[in-house]
Amino acid sequence: MSDTTVLSPAGAMTGHPDPRFHVQGEHHPENGTLLGFWLYLMSDCLVFACLFAIYAVVGRNFAAGPSGADLFDLKLVALNTAFLLLSSITYGFAMIEMQRKRMRATLVWLAITGLFGASFIAIELYEFAHLIHEGAVPQRSAFLSSFFALVGTHGLHVTFGLVWLVVLMVQVAQRGFIAENRRRLMCLSMFWHFLDVVWIGVFTFVYLMGVLP
Amino acid sequence: MSTHNDHAAHGGHDDHDHEHDGAAHATFKGYMTGFILSVILTAIPFWLVMGNVFDKSSTTAFVILAFAAVQIVVHMIYFLHMNARSEHGWTMLALIFTVVIVVITLSGSLWVMYHLNHNMVPGLMHETHKMP
Repeated sequence: MSDTTVLSPAGAMTGHPDPRFHVQGEHHPENGTLLGFWLYLMSDCLVFACLFAIYAVVGRNFAAGPSGADLFDLKLVALNTAFLLLSSITYGFAMIEMQRKRMRATLVWLAITGLFGASFIAIELYEFAHLIHEGAVPQRSAFLSSFFALVGTHGLHVTFGLVWLVVLMVQVAQRGFIAENRRRLMCLSMFWHFLDVVWIGVFTFVYLMGVLP
Repeated sequence: MSTHNDHAAHGGHDDHDHEHDGAAHATFKGYMTGFILSVILTAIPFWLVMGNVFDKSSTTAFVILAFAAVQIVVHMIYFLHMNARSEHGWTMLALIFTVVIVVITLSGSLWVMYHLNHNMVPGLMHETHKMP
């Protein structure tokens, strides 16, 4: 990627006064944080791939218990999907307002994003409570274990994304759009859109394919 | 001595690029295109399943998986601003590597687990049958 100048010992012998070891070509990317965060997201992607693989293998082992067709309420899932999709676009609007350096509008859009995210979590918790009330607990069957592991991990990610969002709103309100805050907002943007991408897999593979006869 | 030179070199490099954050410039048009596309790509699979459009489940499964794949690409391009140029192509390289690993993980797990009877060493199969 870049050229490093390392003088050979021969150079030192000829009496070069100042051996230099720094990179002379184009050096490291300016924003290593964004690339590093992207690498973290990719590793998170592998975590979800493992959970999806487990669900794909044992997702039809109902142990004579309830199946997806018995349990899933697709209207609720559609509502949840709409909330997450809307929160993605409102976060996008917040990023656009950040580029225009309009603090108030950015905070408003971030707050709306947070409300959509909180609604998503609320509906998911309601769904989980409903399932547990009906006796469809994680220890009932392999299907339910893998279902709660996969959907619960995604829900935990969204929950921590919400915590991050609130902290960032406080930081932006206090310090404004300094370089650090812009960088943090961009990292959270990647995180939030990434969770939406994972949810596409969840609603297609778990919910929609789960109710197919 | 060399660290001093290092600092000087960094200082000289850093000040040309302060305002530019390196991330793709987000536009209203880009986000709206992505949003409208993903609404369509979400609504059709839900309609296919809830309306029982196809007779065969396997047809529905293939079609909604295809829609999901397209929607993931749409999100990657319009929301995550993926392109081959960002970070000198390193994000794309990391993504391609991850996709390869994910495909191996998913298809490998399914292939192994659904061919257990076929792939087991016959002697071992015999042993497990005798176990209580």
